[in-house]
Amino acid sequence: MNGSAAIVREQGRRARGQVAEQYDDAGQQHATAQFGMWVFLATEVLFFGVLFAGYAVCRVRNPEAFLLGSRHTEILFGAVEAAILLLSSATVTFAVNLITFDARRVVVVLLAITALLGVAFLALHGVEYSHEYDEHLMVGVDFVQHGPHARGIELFFFLYYAMTLYHSLHVLVGVGVIATVATLVWRRKIRSEYTTPLVLAGLYWHLVDIVWVFLFPLMYLIGR
Amino acid sequence: MNATVVTPGLPELEPPRSFYTHRSGLLGWLLTRDHKRIAILYTITITLFFFMGGVAAAMMRINLVEPQGALLSAETYNKTFTFHGVVMVWFFLIPSIPATLGNFLLPLMIGARDLAFPRLNLASWYLFVIGGCFTIACLLLGGVDTGWTFYTPFSTMFSNSNVILVAVGVFVTGFSTILTGLNFIVTTHKLRMPGMTWFKLPLFVWGMYAVSLVMVLATPVLAMTLSLIGLERIAHVGIFDPALGGDPLLFQHLFWFYSHPAVYIMILPAMGVASEIIPCFARRGIFGYRFMVYALIGIAVVGFLVWGHHMFVAGMSATATLVFSILSFIIAVPSAIKVFNWTATLRRGRISFEAPMLYALGFVGLFMIGGMSGLMLAAPALDIPLHATYFVIAHFHYVMVGGTVMAYLGGIHYWWPKITGRLYSEAWARFAAILMFFGFNFTFFPQYVLGYLGMPRRYHAYPPEFQTLNILSSTGASILAISYLIPVIYLGWSLFRGARAPDNPWGARGLEWQTTSPPPKQNFLARPVVQKAYAYDEPAPGTQA
Repeated sequence: MNGSAAIVREQGRRARGQVAEQYDDAGQQHATAQFGMWVFLATEVLFFGVLFAGYAVCRVRNPEAFLLGSRHTEILFGAVEAAILLLSSATVTFAVNLITFDARRVVVVLLAITALLGVAFLALHGVEYSHEYDEHLMVGVDFVQHGPHARGIELFFFLYYAMTLYHSLHVLVGVGVIATVATLVWRRKIRSEYTTPLVLAGLYWHLVDIVWVFLFPLMYLIGR
Repeated sequence: MNATVVTPGLPELEPPRSFYTHRSGLLGWLLTRDHKRIAILYTITITLFFFMGGVAAAMMRINLVEPQGALLSAETYNKTFTFHGVVMVWFFLIPSIPATLGNFLLPLMIGARDLAFPRLNLASWYLFVIGGCFTIACLLLGGVDTGWTFYTPFSTMFSNSNVILVAVGVFVTGFSTILTGLNFIVTTHKLRMPGMTWFKLPLFVWGMYAVSLVMVLATPVLAMTLSLIGLERIAHVGIFDPALGGDPLLFQHLFWFYSHPAVYIMILPAMGVASEIIPCFARRGIFGYRFMVYALIGIAVVGFLVWGHHMFVAGMSATATLVFSILSFIIAVPSAIKVFNWTATLRRGRISFEAPMLYALGFVGLFMIGGMSGLMLAAPALDIPLHATYFVIAHFHYVMVGGTVMAYLGGIHYWWPKITGRLYSEAWARFAAILMFFGFNFTFFPQYVLGYLGMPRRYHAYPPEFQTLNILSSTGASILAISYLIPVIYLGWSLFRGARAPDNPWGARGLEWQTTSPPPKQNFLARPVVQKAYAYDEPAPGTQA
């Protein structure tokens, strides 16, 4: 008999109490939930894809303005934010792997670190936005730029705000999800026999991370 | 799950409880996670939206009886056709077959007890209702004059109507579509009963699977594009604004990247329905089952690559025009395969013309006419003079109304005994189907001629020489309206007074016919028997040989 299938079946027998009526066993329930999350992530990729396509078109039409615009962003902030998100993806990965050993306290600590890193990311971005407001770069609120490329820079910052705000919204949701999952682990609702919510939260958090991996070079690096 | 044992000579100990009696009361419906109840909630909702959109259509047709406009001012007319388009596309056609018949039948057809995520399914319905009521309120109270396409820069810079609010409503509803699609994909992959392999799936399930792929991958693009329109109206800056170095054409690309696949969201389920009905009433397995599957998936995939044919006059490059034209011709191949195979299924069949069959045959005929005129529009040389005329209106109404609505009603009639446990008046149903086919052609065929003669769409007035054809079209529309009202009456009658339906009134194959009518809460009392798809050459399981 196939070893992994036997493990899944065993897991199913132990956790029968938590299987919803449409599933035969917990293994099927776990696999289904995980597949559902992957499909959801596909829709998220298309959702952000529109913004990336818009960025590509506008950048081709305004090459110089986009180079000038990206020089107004603060690369130190962007780089630290990238480091924070990459680190938080590492901590969530450890949490997903350690839950199979029922290392409850360690997992909770790792998840708490992940959520705090997410909050730190949002706080740093808030500081960044306030700096941009001081420099009159806040499109739609207070935007003052001069020179032949002023309107193109405005377009760059429109995209900058649209993309980073949608991304930050996802970080915010992610922090909530990670915090919820952490309390479930603490209350022993999530344990080695039933890891589904933690695995799904981890997948979602990686999406949040990977979007930034693409946003960071497009917004901060190209003009330098 | 125990099978109910029926011993001959003894009465059944307990009559099977249907999903209707499982938990009664309003909360039993509003908090249900049963896919069958959610399907019925959807059916009621979209029927209301259909008649609201229909009233707007009636107002337009009344207005167009007179060349100078008999009823509406130019501005009201603009708001009326926007209302009609937005409501019919997003609140009727897109959810029509998937959210109602698909929701009800998909788990039954694969032998599952429910969809993979029942709570998510209920959430989709709530999102749909909230988005729908919000949008309709905004459309009625203030109105939007951009048309359902929200073209920039009109929608972002010039229109003084409720564009943002309506965009928010459509955005919310989009998530209901995405979640339904997600649920269907995951259910089809993970919840098929043992023995139900991919190539034993009924084509209706394949249709639902194909349409779900399109829903999940196209709808997020619409959501983000509409949100960019909203942002642009708020900030007065945006990527669609040419004054800033943005690109208004980009909006059309993004919009049609969603909205052309959305056309296939409307037609793929209809193809699935026809593929169930035609074999049943021809008493033959579907001709070329595997080709039908590949054609469904092919349409779903190639449907993502043809959006540029909406933009031949919008200023694309000659190369792009050529490529999109060729791709649009290519997508006609799988569509034609389907029409040929439905026709070939009829050959040497023992055909009977019950109401569902009349609707399905009507669907094939009207879809074919709509599809052929689509080929004409795929050729840039013809599209350029015909663009934005009534020829285009006639083309897509043949596909969406003649195609999808006929198939939807065919499906409603075919599965009505299963869903409600009642029979309807066959004579009235046949009469309505024939009247609908007649009324539909009467309404929309004159519009092909009008478009060919050059009458532009979206105007409240027109030159007097077009009046005769417009009166013909409006007369046909009144017949069509009556033919849509008749089923409401006899189906409503059947709901309360109809005779009890047997489990399998049509002698059809497919797992949904092996359970009781209406099915119990858990869908099956005994484990159903999986046959090959459309096993009309074999006896139905459970019948005495």
